[in-house]
Amino acid sequence: MQIFLPIADIPVNIFLILAMGAAVGFVSGMFGIGGGFLMTPLLIFIGITPAVAVASVASHIAASSFSGAISYWRRRAIDPLLAAVLLTGGIIGTALGVWTFTELRALGQLDLMIALSYVALLTTVGGLMFWEGLRAMLRVRRGVAVSPRRSGSHGWIHGLPLKVRFKRSKIYLSVIPVVAVGVLIGFVGAVMGIGGGFILIPIMIYLLRVPTSTVIGTSMVLTLVTMLFATMLHAVTNHLVDAVLALILMVGGVTGAQFGARAGQKIRGEHLRLLLGLLILAVGIRFAVELAIRPDDLFTIREGDAG
Amino acid sequence: MTARASLVAIAVATMLGAAFAIPAARAERLIVSVSNHRVTVTPNYSGEELVLFGSVEKDASTPAGRTAYDLVVTVSGPLADMVTRRKERKFGIWINTDYRQFLQVPTYLAVFSNRPLEAVASPEVQRRQQLGLNNVLLTQRVGPDYADVVPNDAFRSAFVRLRSEHGLYREATSAVTFLTPTLFRTGIPLPAEVPIGTYNIEIKLFSGGALVTHTETAFDIVKVGFEQFVATNARQNGFVYGLFTVFMALMSGWMASIVFRKD
Repeated sequence: MQIFLPIADIPVNIFLILAMGAAVGFVSGMFGIGGGFLMTPLLIFIGITPAVAVASVASHIAASSFSGAISYWRRRAIDPLLAAVLLTGGIIGTALGVWTFTELRALGQLDLMIALSYVALLTTVGGLMFWEGLRAMLRVRRGVAVSPRRSGSHGWIHGLPLKVRFKRSKIYLSVIPVVAVGVLIGFVGAVMGIGGGFILIPIMIYLLRVPTSTVIGTSMVLTLVTMLFATMLHAVTNHLVDAVLALILMVGGVTGAQFGARAGQKIRGEHLRLLLGLLILAVGIRFAVELAIRPDDLFTIREGDAG
Repeated sequence: MTARASLVAIAVATMLGAAFAIPAARAERLIVSVSNHRVTVTPNYSGEELVLFGSVEKDASTPAGRTAYDLVVTVSGPLADMVTRRKERKFGIWINTDYRQFLQVPTYLAVFSNRPLEAVASPEVQRRQQLGLNNVLLTQRVGPDYADVVPNDAFRSAFVRLRSEHGLYREATSAVTFLTPTLFRTGIPLPAEVPIGTYNIEIKLFSGGALVTHTETAFDIVKVGFEQFVATNARQNGFVYGLFTVFMALMSGWMASIVFRKD
């Protein structure tokens, strides 16, 4: 069944979009991430302009992270203070990101920037995650005990001033790196149309040493608020949020996420990380190949001013 | 825009003058009608085809020997500024480098005729009457100047080619069919991603390589109901629209957590 998207201005098959939403939702539920890094490229692939895709996916991620955040909140797996400090940075980063997005769009380099950031971010994060998962798996196979949180090992991050005690996470940490991480996630989220969960979770675990019990719930709160904020900003400044597209994605996404979460519980942690790493790496490589090979058409048209 | 308008004005004035001077040469009249003057874009809109009907009315002053007519129908959609960019290989990757801006060009442009344009009129007449995609004025901003360029200019031809690939620009030199020597019809295909707005149809009648008469008609493509409502609000009430989308996201997230609650 065809449906006409009012902002993207193209007709799409409603079941295709629902299926895409459900498939990405399944992956996001399985790994505890928003899935924007898969959704945005898929939408671009079916012919929706990158700008509309990025803006609409923001609201879709907000929906799936809200349903996730509610269940983590019930299980008391969210650190409110840590979430609040991350958010301070997240809001600043998002505002910067939407501003950059608008500027790049006027310059005609938005598509390139989106593609380049995907390549850089996805191959790095995917590669690291894959490597880490592989090592963990080998260690388990050799029977070596693993402690992901080496207590007592203090890096340079722990020497920073303005330390605060985050009670629920049981950590004592400076707010500077936390705010900085928030800015980074907010920025890439707004520019690339991703929630940033797949970057945030590793940073929180390995750099900030947040215990795994509160990591996913807290990161979901950050994703939720930055994506809501990004939706608002994209709607007000660029008028590019397609509410019809977003709604179909949301319905598919939240449903898929529930089944994904159940499937995820049956797989071992290091296997899950290995799979997620591979998936992220694959998307990144796909973008890289696309940039490197000669495009079918060297010319593109866009309505509006050259700026 | 103004240059084009004044050109049209001059053309009309010349024709009127000519009509008064030698009425016999302008004896035909074109009567046309389009099958639908208001095309509505609904949720399940996936393109459609309009039909343009018309007839050539002769009167007593029509030269008796004149029976063979040629028709050129030009349909042009709402005007917009467009930018064409060219990718080049830099630092090993393909990035946008050079660009040209097209000013107030039709977002949809279709040229239909009953036989190849070369057979209808001489290249000079084709250029003057803007017959065919190669001759329609597509104004570019070239540095400080505004001008159209030669048809085989790289940016112009890429622009026409890309629009054609989306079905938004087209030229069909056998699309107009004469049902009788004076009654004609042509289809106007509108693709799914057709721009919203007013479409002008210009019908030019030729005989023996010269313009005999011409007429114009128009139709509108409008979004109605829900699509229109969403599009207008997104543009005019960005803030409320954003709030609504946010609310929608929160509601569907909340609903999902209730529906799939395990405990």
